[in-house]
Amino acid sequence: MKRSWFPALLTSGVIVFLFVPLVVLVTNSFNASRFGGGWEGFTWGWYEKLWDADEVWESVRITLKIAVSASLASMALGTVAAHALHRFRSWLQSAHSMLITLPLVMPDILMGMSLLALFVLTGIETGLITIWVAHVTFCLSFVTMVVLGRLQDFDFTLIDAARDLGATRTQAVCKVLLPLLLPGVLAGGLLAFTLSVDDYVITFFVSGPGTTTLPLRVASMMKTSRSLPVINALSTLLIASTFLIAALSFRLQRRS
Amino acid sequence: MDDFLVIDRISKSFGPLRAVDDVTLSVSRGEAFSLLGPSGCGKTTLLRLIAGFERPGSGRILVNGQDITALPPERRPVNTVFQNYALFPHLSVWENVAFGLRMSRRPREEIRGGVDRMLELVRLSEHARKRPAQLSGGQKQRVAIARALVNRPQVLLLDEPLAALDLKLRQHMLKELNTIHEQVGTTFIYVTHDQGEAMNLSGRIAVMNVGKVEQVDTPERLYETPRSSFVATFIGDANFFTGTAVELQHEGYVRVMVEGLGSPLVLSNGAVTSNQTLRLMVRPEKISLTLKHPPSGERVNAFRGIVEDIAYFGSHTRYRIRAGEHSILAQLQRSRFSGGEIDPARGTEVWMTFHPDEGRVLKLEDAAP
Amino acid sequence: MTADHQRSKQWLLTLPSLAWLGVFFVIPAVLIIITAFRPADLQGGVGAGWTMETLKVLGDPACLPVVWRTVWLGAASTLVCLALALPMSFQIARVGPRLRQFLLLLVVIPFLSNFLIRIFAWKSLLHPEGPLTKLLIALRLVPEDALLLNNAGAVLLVLIYTQLPFAILPLYAAAEKFDFGLLDAARDLGAGPWRSFTKVFVPGVRRGLISAAVMVFVSALGQYVIPQMVGGASDEMLGNMIARRVFADRNLPHASALAAALLLAVLVPMLVVTVWQRFDKKEATA
Repeated sequence: MKRSWFPALLTSGVIVFLFVPLVVLVTNSFNASRFGGGWEGFTWGWYEKLWDADEVWESVRITLKIAVSASLASMALGTVAAHALHRFRSWLQSAHSMLITLPLVMPDILMGMSLLALFVLTGIETGLITIWVAHVTFCLSFVTMVVLGRLQDFDFTLIDAARDLGATRTQAVCKVLLPLLLPGVLAGGLLAFTLSVDDYVITFFVSGPGTTTLPLRVASMMKTSRSLPVINALSTLLIASTFLIAALSFRLQRRS
Repeated sequence: MDDFLVIDRISKSFGPLRAVDDVTLSVSRGEAFSLLGPSGCGKTTLLRLIAGFERPGSGRILVNGQDITALPPERRPVNTVFQNYALFPHLSVWENVAFGLRMSRRPREEIRGGVDRMLELVRLSEHARKRPAQLSGGQKQRVAIARALVNRPQVLLLDEPLAALDLKLRQHMLKELNTIHEQVGTTFIYVTHDQGEAMNLSGRIAVMNVGKVEQVDTPERLYETPRSSFVATFIGDANFFTGTAVELQHEGYVRVMVEGLGSPLVLSNGAVTSNQTLRLMVRPEKISLTLKHPPSGERVNAFRGIVEDIAYFGSHTRYRIRAGEHSILAQLQRSRFSGGEIDPARGTEVWMTFHPDEGRVLKLEDAAP
Repeated sequence: MTADHQRSKQWLLTLPSLAWLGVFFVIPAVLIIITAFRPADLQGGVGAGWTMETLKVLGDPACLPVVWRTVWLGAASTLVCLALALPMSFQIARVGPRLRQFLLLLVVIPFLSNFLIRIFAWKSLLHPEGPLTKLLIALRLVPEDALLLNNAGAVLLVLIYTQLPFAILPLYAAAEKFDFGLLDAARDLGAGPWRSFTKVFVPGVRRGLISAAVMVFVSALGQYVIPQMVGGASDEMLGNMIARRVFADRNLPHASALAAALLLAVLVPMLVVTVWQRFDKKEATA
């Protein structure tokens, strides 16, 4: 039976559509032209400017600090939550599961604003800690979902097999369950890390003075046309690191 | 035989694999016909070629004189009962059966009448509103048949129609399929890997192996006079011997010298010349066992051997008997009236006897060792 | 193990996430709803007492066009995303496993790239001095003085761009489970390629279709960065209005009233779909 060429053509078209803006961005980061309307010669100039932009690197430092700590915390909380959801069937878990799913669909602006309201009303100064709290809150649900998916695929007779072969309960968990689950937990952590690095809207609401994360910095740079080509250079580096992280998580998924 | 469905020198390759290799078949109107063979023999590909899901590399397919080779599946006068039934899960039983009629935009009245009649034929009228997921395996099967037959196809293709059912249900559906075939009179083409099914369901069977048709015949002739050792082993069990023709007798009998066994007399099916290398076949149940040498006669083949192994199957018992380097399978019915037969223990010396008419000479190109 | 032991173990495993989300998700959401009924004070805080005044902001003539624009931009971007994602998920689910993994990766990578950067990329693409504008002018597809940026079309385009993966991924998950043998059956019964697609494939992935629709629509409703960056002054969405009330007007109660309305707009379709999916599943297997 002859297959229609239409879906294949459309798929290629959509993928081109998804990548064109990124390709233009990367190309322009080497383009001497300020607006990228046409090619005016190759330059490393924007990268040199970026290298000298100390405030950008300060933002990178803050962003990484928050992303690492938030993904670690959400990995711990999410793994425990996934275990509870997988292991028990009760009204408590129904409520728990609903509570975990809701943040996934909550618009960022509502989450940011409601957290701001909480901090304003309780008199907590916004800053590094409030950003961290916000990031853990929205990462938690994603990590839980990823780990839960792993647990549902896990063959629990392996635990029985380990017990049968003389392992204690704790040994079975440490030697069988955790190693097999680890790629899932790490994949969840990576996702949390990307989401944290990426977040602009929520962070915008709960940031304070001196806690300009990278997306906040990019947003303020976008307002001054002088620094636009520098954003191209910065974006290229960020896209490259996204590719790297995607490849890494792809490997993690493959390993099981 | 009128050539209602004609498959004319059809070939189909997937990459380097020749799935269907120069197959020619013809089936009469109203016939129940089976494509039989092991998995990977090309029978399913041939079915998909007839249905139109695959395009042949070369060759033609004709239905009732019309060349359908270039038609897409939706425009062929052929419908299929899929192996896993492929019922649409989002539609009720009734809507599943109505699907084909809706696609050909028949008038509402005709659809209603046709679907109701067909559901009655397969005795599912009271399940019309159910979803496929709520049906048992046998019921799904009947919906699939009704869904195909309601379009009044010229040819109905059934892909392993009983494979997904359990043993009890399979026997029931076997009868049911035969009844439906009798009632509608449509040409049925079955694809199956189960020889019992094929023999029960169809008047003629095409046995396929690695993309080619080995033999097309009635079930009885396939069993009694297989043309190749593949057909002989695929349909039933068989003992094979290779030997040299030493004496041609009248009426097509030939004496064959088999190294390490003796010189049995068998019926040949074609021209045999002296000193030709031949391949012989004897079915296990055609061999009888005795403790003493049977009454001599020119037309009796008797050989000595030692019982090596015994397997009890309830309705019958199988003996593996060693005679020189040959290991021969014999099968005895357990009945008071089988007469003259014995119950030898392992290690007993016995005589194996078979009538010359029960020995077969297989296709000669097959004779190479 | 005793039932008591089990119960305390369950609480032990559930409490951390439950408490965290309770404090940092449920309480803030409730606070928003409460704040919507409080008067504003002049310092940008929340005053004492209760009032229904703030709810009037919803009936504000300045507000209605924004709500309407939010809804139609959300609906239009959802429709386009689904129309693209349906054939695409069909295609991805049909190819071999290696190519399939690769295609999925291609869909996910732009999705994982920084949100702001993707919008920035479009901003420079659509810029009057940008490559796309120049190309279209060169091809005489648009007039010399065309402005691709700062209009509703640009907002819609970037909305589609950023939400497309939200549509593709759930639809692909459904298409992956779809039995493509059913398409053979449909063709066998006389349906052409298009009708097999609409009558068998689309109903077959309807659950994925509905979740994709809700995901895209709900996420579109809450947008405010996209209209702010690629839209014009008259392309504000509900999100922009909320942000303006928080940061420019410093009127938290008014912002809360709008936010509560948005929350409702998000939760209602979610609830409807959850109930429908339960019902649909029950009917399919009962």
